[in-house]
Parts: sequence; C-alpha cells; structure tokens
Amino acid sequence: MDQTRNILYFVAIAALIIITGMVQSWNSALLILNMGLISAVMALGVNLQWGFAGLFNVGVMGFVALGGLAAVLVSTDPVSAAWSAGGLRILFALAVGAGIIGVTIIAYRRITAARPRVIAIVTILGLGFFLYRALLDPAVQAVEAVNPALQGNLGGLGLPIILAWPVGGLFAAGAAWIIGKAALGLRSDYLAIATLGISEIIIAILKNEDWLARGVKNVIGLNRPVPKEIDLQESAEFVERASGLGLDPVTASALFVKLNYALLFSVVLIILLIMAQLSLKSPWGRMMRAIRDNETAAAAMGKNVTNRHLQIFILGSAICGIAGAMMTTLDGQLTPGSYQPLRFTFLIWVMVIVGGSGNNFGAVLGGFLIWFLWVQVEPMSQYLVTLLTAGMAEDNAVRLHMMESVAYTRLLTMGLVLLLVLRFSPRGLIPEK
Amino acid sequence: MDFINGLVVLMNFVLIPATAYGAQLALGALGVTLIYGILRFSNFAHGDTMAFGTMITVLVTWWFQSMGISFGPLPTALLALPFSIAATAALVLLTDRGVYQFYRAQKAKPVILVIVSMGVMFVMNGVVRIIIGVDDQRFSDGERFIFSVREFKAASGLREGMALKTTQGITVITALIVVIALFWFLNKTRTGKSMRAYADNEDLALLSGINPERVVAVTWIIVAALATIAGVLYGLDKSFKPFTYFQLLLPIFASAIVGGLGSPLGAIAGGFVVAYSEVTITYAWKKVLKYWMPESLEPSTLMQLLSTEYKFAVSFMILIVVLLFRPTGLFKGKAY
Repeated sequence: MDQTRNILYFVAIAALIIITGMVQSWNSALLILNMGLISAVMALGVNLQWGFAGLFNVGVMGFVALGGLAAVLVSTDPVSAAWSAGGLRILFALAVGAGIIGVTIIAYRRITAARPRVIAIVTILGLGFFLYRALLDPAVQAVEAVNPALQGNLGGLGLPIILAWPVGGLFAAGAAWIIGKAALGLRSDYLAIATLGISEIIIAILKNEDWLARGVKNVIGLNRPVPKEIDLQESAEFVERASGLGLDPVTASALFVKLNYALLFSVVLIILLIMAQLSLKSPWGRMMRAIRDNETAAAAMGKNVTNRHLQIFILGSAICGIAGAMMTTLDGQLTPGSYQPLRFTFLIWVMVIVGGSGNNFGAVLGGFLIWFLWVQVEPMSQYLVTLLTAGMAEDNAVRLHMMESVAYTRLLTMGLVLLLVLRFSPRGLIPEK
Repeated sequence: MDFINGLVVLMNFVLIPATAYGAQLALGALGVTLIYGILRFSNFAHGDTMAFGTMITVLVTWWFQSMGISFGPLPTALLALPFSIAATAALVLLTDRGVYQFYRAQKAKPVILVIVSMGVMFVMNGVVRIIIGVDDQRFSDGERFIFSVREFKAASGLREGMALKTTQGITVITALIVVIALFWFLNKTRTGKSMRAYADNEDLALLSGINPERVVAVTWIIVAALATIAGVLYGLDKSFKPFTYFQLLLPIFASAIVGGLGSPLGAIAGGFVVAYSEVTITYAWKKVLKYWMPESLEPSTLMQLLSTEYKFAVSFMILIVVLLFRPTGLFKGKAY
C-alpha cells in the first residue's frame, strides 16, 4: 500500500516534468530534471544530518559553494605566470598560518595556568597574524596583477572536471570537520548559528580572494564532461541522426547535452542513494537513529554521541559539496555573487521536510518536487496576476507593481508549503519507516 | 595636540559609528533573547520581523511626507514608529496564533520550532519583497547632523574633524530609553515579573497561576516593538534593504549568544562587544596611528586587520571563541 503510494508520487513528478516538456519546452523540462537531480543529492546530504542524526545544519550554501570552488581548482588550467609571480609564496603563507594555529593549540594544551595561557595565546595569535599578513599580502598582490582582465588567479590543475566532484566532497568535509569540532556537543541551535556563520564566511572568501577563483570577476567557460553543442552541430553524423528524429541540429544538440548531464547526475544520485539506504539499515544507521531519539540513553549504552555526530555531519556536508561541484559543472561557471542562503540553504531544508525527513526516498522526492515548484511558481503567478489584473489599464500602478513582485511569490509559496506540511503532515510525504 | 587629533579621528570613524551600531545590535539581540527565554527557541524570522516593521515605517513615513507632516529637525520616521510597532505586533501575534501556538500546545522540541520559524522567515521575506521590493530605500529626513565635520573644526581649531549624525544621536538615546523602560517593566511590574518567573521555571509559574498565553502574547508584543525600533534605527543610520536585514541575523545571534542566550543584560553587552570588534578589526588604523606613533615608526600600510567584506567573519570568530571557552556566554545564559 505504502509502496504503491510512494511509486505514484515519483510517477507524478515524472508526469509534471513531462507536461512541462510538452507545454513549455523540452529544454526547460530537462533543465528542471537536471537541477532536480542535483537538489535531490543536496537533500540526501541534509537528510543524512537531520533525518538520521537530528543535526541542524543551516550552512548548506557554504558547502555547496566549496564544491563549486573545487570545480574551478580542479578543472581550470594553471596560470604559470601567476605561479611564478607568487604562487609558492601564497602556499607558504597559508602553511605558516596553519602552523600558527597549530602552535596556539599546543600552547593552549601545554600551559595550564590561566593567566600565562591567555598571555601566550594572545601573543602567538597577534604576532602570528601580522607575520601571516606580511607573507601573504605581497604574494597575493603579485598574483592578482597577472593579466587581471582574464586571470589574476592561480588557476587550477587542468584535470577533467568530473574529478572535481569527489574533491568538492573532500573540501566540504574539511570545513565540516572544523565547524563540527567547535559547535557539536552544544545546544542544537548553536550548531545552526555556527553553520549559518561559516557559510557566509565561505561566500565572503570566494568573493574577495581573487587569487583563488577570481572573486566576483567570476570564472567562466569551465571544461565539461560532456560534448559541446557546437561540436555536435558540426558533426555530420549527429545532424543526420537529429534530422532522422525530425529535430533541427541546434535543438537536438542542446537536448543531447542535457540528457548526458542527466545521465551522469543520475548515476551519482543512485550510487549515493544506495549507500545511504545501506547505511540506514546497517547497525551504524540504527545506532544513529538511537542517538537521535534519545541521546542520554545512547550515551549510557557507551556510544560516543559527539564523535558519531561529527562523523555524520562530515558525511552529510561532503554530499552537499559533491552536489555543489556538480552544479558548477552544469552551469559551466562559478559566480560567487549568485549564492543566496534562501536558495541554497533554506530551500534544501524545505525539500527535506516536505519529502519526509529520515527517509532517503522522501528527500529525493522532496528535491524534485520543491525544485519544480521553485521554478514553476513564478510563471504560474505571472499568469494569475495577468488574469487578476486583466481589467486594469496597461499602466495601472497596482498592476505594474504586482507584475514586478511576481518573482518573490516563490519565497511566499515555499514558506507556506513548509508551514502547511509541518502543521498537517509533519512526517512529510514519504514518512520514515 | 597630535594625540587629540588622533583621538578625534578614532571617535569619528570607530567609536561613534560602533556605538550606534552596537545599540542597534543590542536591541535586535534583546528581541532574540526574550523569545529564547520565554518561548525557548531561536527565532530565525527575527531579521525579517525587523524588516517588516521597518517597511511599515517607511510606508507610513512616505504617507506623512506626502501630507506635509514632519517632525522638525528629527526624522519623520519617529512619528511613524507607533503605527509600525502596532502593525508588527499584530503580525507576530497573528503568526503566534496561526503557527507557533499549535506546537506550544504539543510541547514540540525547540528545534522543531526553529524549523517552523524558518517557514515564517520565508513567508515574511516574500511579503516584504512583494510589498516594497528588494531595492535600497532611504527614508531619513530632517537635520542631517547634530554637528558636522566643518562645524567641529571651526569650533575646536583641530586639523581633524568629527561629525555626529542625527541618526546616531537618536539611535543611542532611543536605545537607552527602550532599555530602561524594558528593565523597569521586567523588574517592577507584575506582568514583567510573571514573565521572568515563566522564563525561570515554567511549571512553577503555571502552579502559581500565571497565564502562559498572556505571558507569551506580552512577549511577542515587546519583541515586535524591539525589532521594529532596532530595524528603524538601523535603516535611518544606514539604509533599508530587505536582504541586509536578513543578514543581520548573524551578528544579532552572535550578540545574544556572546552575552548568554536568555539574558537581557547579556544581549546588550553582546551587542556592543560584537559591534566594537567588527568596527575595530575592519578599520584602517593608519589615520589614527599617524598621530600616535613617532614619525620614524609611521605605518606604511593601511593597518587594516581584515577588509570590511569580512565583517561577518568577526562576529563569527567571537561566536566560536565564546562557544569553545564559555558556552553559557558572558552573563551565564542557558547553554544546554
């Protein structure tokens, strides 16, 4: 019974996307599908943290952006002039910075008396900061001066971009380790605020550190794991096959490329979904849920709650990082200015809650459904406003204002959807078993 | 003389702006901390409550201006405040009735309420953007300065000048009045005492006949007033932009946690700690040190510790330090 209902949900989503293809265009249907796949991966990551362990992570945006950074650092070609100008010096400065933090930690552990400890730490950090800046600043200036209109950064490794996906996961895992160390084990709200903070900082770094990924000057034209439209259009064989299907080469190439992406993303989603399902049913998954449901009891049974939390927090964040790298790959560019917490953090949360927290299939369903709504609410309300204001004059102030504000109805809709689901069906569309 | 010149620069660029900003953060953090103390959850919709209150103020101000009503040298927005506080109070009371009350009756876990507040945040975000749009709105009018740089230079004969904006003066005075009124209310009135009793021990308060729904309603009204005033003061001082108000959530929460969640006194202290650190760390100290250091040691760089874009990093670092070493905050809030 439940099984058929769940299958029906997925069939309904597929139908929605197919209807989009028939009514609007197949191109936009595939766009929704691709972003839906990526959203589903993100929702899987958040579900791992929230559904399995009850951890409240509102820094999804930061982990997603780190995945995007990985895409740039792995796939773009190295800028040799920048490396010779100051690349090694930057690395050295970063290493010194890390060393200073290490020395501080050692000092904190070794010196036990309160006052000398504070004095030692403040001195190390204070002097260390100036040393670090003295090393870093000139190197950064030298690098950013190299051909700033096109480069001005160190570039990447020049490897295939698909390798960036696991690397994005690693980046996100690293950031999650740092933040988890500091905030896990305290109240759940503290983790929320801490993750909110780190995601804003990651975005600030991406926007301001031009030597890393060109900051707000953006990195465009990343290489891709699938063929380019233009190459397809020039291939005689492809054009022939397209005309065999009754499509003109331009449309056919766009669809073909998007289908390729959809295939790649599906593979990732399926692998992660299988892993998440297996772990949910394993002893590890049962332990996680036991900890979630009663921390005190689990601790009394000898489970190290904080360490287990840290583990799952890192895993979930890594999945968000993978999804972030996939998204940047799909976009073909990294634009730090486009990362908005409402879109990349809170929307993912709506997906998890609406889909059904604690159930992996629920998270995937939520990812597709909410992404579909997010895209389609705007044209729908556009239509509604046109209908409502049909009697008004073209230049009526109310009508113009309503037309302008159509874009924000999606925020309102998402909030209402979230509140309604929480109120009337708090376990989501596909509840936890 | 050099020392005084340096001091004037310091006042102008660091102390005065940071004090005004600190007062705004303190008012915001007071709202967060009260919700936390009485309703026991971190309200993510607080930034957007501030935005809503400020939006109503902006609209009423425009309406007053179109009718030719003004407040003399003071901004018209102050006249609009009572209206916007009433509107915001109505909105949050309605939200409480429609949304939060259900979960309170269920005794839902705090984290569920946080997620619910996320939904409210989305809705308020949408409402504000639909009504007023996403652009910057300046609504400050009246006299711009209490004294300007030129007046100060003429009066003092110093090389460096200092200005005090009307909005900065108003911010500090209003914040002072609000805080005194709030503490008088919490400590001296019957309702205030019942609120504190409820925050301390819910069951005991219920046993002694305190009506919880009344306590909650009064809390929401106070929070609406605090949020609106904080939002309007920030908007007068800088400008009103919905997204900025959403971003204020981070320094406001940092202030509340640094001071100790649930402690009103802590919220005020936390607001100033965060504001002063943000401004001092992102300020280019060269202008001050030029006067204070001997000529041979004059700094060659700007002496700016972090660029201003990293101001969120500052509130975050303070937050982490407090979480690591003193999770209850400066004034012993409730950490666990």
